Amino acid sequence: MIKAIEEQRSLPTKTTARRKRFSLTPWLWIGLAVLFVVIFLLYPMFFTIWLSFLDATSTHFVGLRNYLLIFTNSSLLEVLRNNLLWLVLATVATVVLGLLIAVLVDRVRFESVAKAAIFVPMALSFVAAGVIWRFVYEYEPPGQPQIGLLNALVTALGGQPLAWITDSRFNNFALIAVYVWMWTGFCMVILSAAIKGIPSEILEAARCDGAGEITIFFRIIVPMISPTIAVVTTTMIINILKIFDIVYVMTGGDYGTNVVAVEYYQQLFNFNNFGVASALAVLLLLAIIPIMYFNIRRFRVQEAQR
Amino acid sequence: MSTMNPEAQSSLVTPQKAAPALPMAGTAAKVGRLPLRQRLLSLVNHSLVAVIVILIALVWSVPTLGLFISSFRPPSLIHATGWWTALVPPWSFTIQNYENVLHAQGLGQAFLNSLIIAIPGTIIPTLVAAFAAYAFAWMEFPGRDWIFLTIVALMVIPVQMTLIPVLGLYTMFTQATGLQLTGNYVGIWLMHTALGLPFAVYLLRNFFAGLPSDLFESARIDGASNINIFFRILLPLSVPSLASLVIFQFMWVWNDLLVALVFMGGNPDRAPMTVTIANLVNSYGSNWEVLTAAAFISMALPLVIFFTLQRYFVRGILAGSVKG
Repeated sequence: MIKAIEEQRSLPTKTTARRKRFSLTPWLWIGLAVLFVVIFLLYPMFFTIWLSFLDATSTHFVGLRNYLLIFTNSSLLEVLRNNLLWLVLATVATVVLGLLIAVLVDRVRFESVAKAAIFVPMALSFVAAGVIWRFVYEYEPPGQPQIGLLNALVTALGGQPLAWITDSRFNNFALIAVYVWMWTGFCMVILSAAIKGIPSEILEAARCDGAGEITIFFRIIVPMISPTIAVVTTTMIINILKIFDIVYVMTGGDYGTNVVAVEYYQQLFNFNNFGVASALAVLLLLAIIPIMYFNIRRFRVQEAQR
Repeated sequence: MSTMNPEAQSSLVTPQKAAPALPMAGTAAKVGRLPLRQRLLSLVNHSLVAVIVILIALVWSVPTLGLFISSFRPPSLIHATGWWTALVPPWSFTIQNYENVLHAQGLGQAFLNSLIIAIPGTIIPTLVAAFAAYAFAWMEFPGRDWIFLTIVALMVIPVQMTLIPVLGLYTMFTQATGLQLTGNYVGIWLMHTALGLPFAVYLLRNFFAGLPSDLFESARIDGASNINIFFRILLPLSVPSLASLVIFQFMWVWNDLLVALVFMGGNPDRAPMTVTIANLVNSYGSNWEVLTAAAFISMALPLVIFFTLQRYFVRGILAGSVKG
């Protein structure tokens, strides 16, 4: 049966002849997707770039004034600073913790249970996570019983309760911790799969040669899974740049915790300033373009290997 | 420690001599060197690792557990004592909080709204993407790779880049036809479809392209049309990757706040749970009997999906980022 088909294939059938001509068929198949992408993603992208050079109501051309405002206004500068803090701390923390946990979890018998426990927060919405952690961070004045877990621990150890969410000395870190709690599991799952892909002979050979576990980690595991680490890191950077929900739900951007995406939302709906809002969005895009380039290059390398 | 064969045991007695004397058992002897001390060390190491992993897993679970337990405590107790005191008798649990948020706070309606938004918001992009992915994987046409790469590149554009112009388009549409898209389910379905498409096309195209080409060629020779091939061969074969995609997209739409705020924020009757809960947080900041129960209702469905379909969930994550 298969042989008969194989023989038939070499004959100039209708299908191969038809394929040579211009055919409308593929365009019908991709048409709807292309239409969606053009109307909802491509056109808006260019339009937003154009809006970022117009004033608040999109009537007058103002050149780079919106961008100048973002880089000179002190509260907007704070927003950029916070985003940078998020970007560096949250990325490093999720990837490093994810990697460490992936290595540790690999050595215990209850691996799948432990992994599930760490991975579960990823299934939750940022809104639910925001509520969960507002409860953990709940602050009652000193002397009152602390119903928030963290302050209960602090007071049990003899400290004073802290206003984790409103105290601008450390509230940004408190919010970043929520993100780390949610996304470390994501990094762990991907990195763990990569670690399991390392041939066990290599690890055994290294152990036979007397390499310690720490040497194995830095000299074998990390170099061998570095492509995966790069992928995970770029994914985290893309997500963290756009961080919105956690800040919106936990502080609403108050107490010095505002980030670009929340500021964008406020410029759009509270101040109706389309110019500044668009400029903020364009800044996010500019930060992401290098990563987009990296992704496409990686994709083409993979295609070439096919 | 499977290398504990007799040769290795004998090398314990005379470790220096045994290795050269038994070249065949060279590696075994090396591993078996000082087995007792090594075994003790590895036992300590293993238990240390186990303890660390247990601690980490606990730290990760306790916040959610606290929320869960609190949601069943009477309001007066939630504000008087920490939730961990509820773990020991006298027990005092109630489902009053759930009844309250479902009815008085309108979370029952919000739950329905979330479903109404998320189900079509999952099915439409999956179908649209599957059609396109089939063409990208198995048809030849000019510009194919460029169009595909453009769509993949759009995977990372921030949602913020699209919102203002799309709101403008919706307003224009309303002026032209009198039909409302902002504050309406259709408007948010379309937006979620567009936002989910790049990843969906990427994932499905890669999966389709990995299927054996004989399959399609022999079907074509047998006279099957593209439609037939797509529905009779491709989709049934792609159930695992479709499942991963559907779970992903569903979770994404279900958990989304920003798009829902922008398109449904002004219409509380149709707002999904994320918006409703965010509003509750704003107006009832420390009203924990409301917030804990509300948050847990919003988590219930994703948790069920996660625990029952974890395999597909993980596969989707790996397909999206590692295998590419």
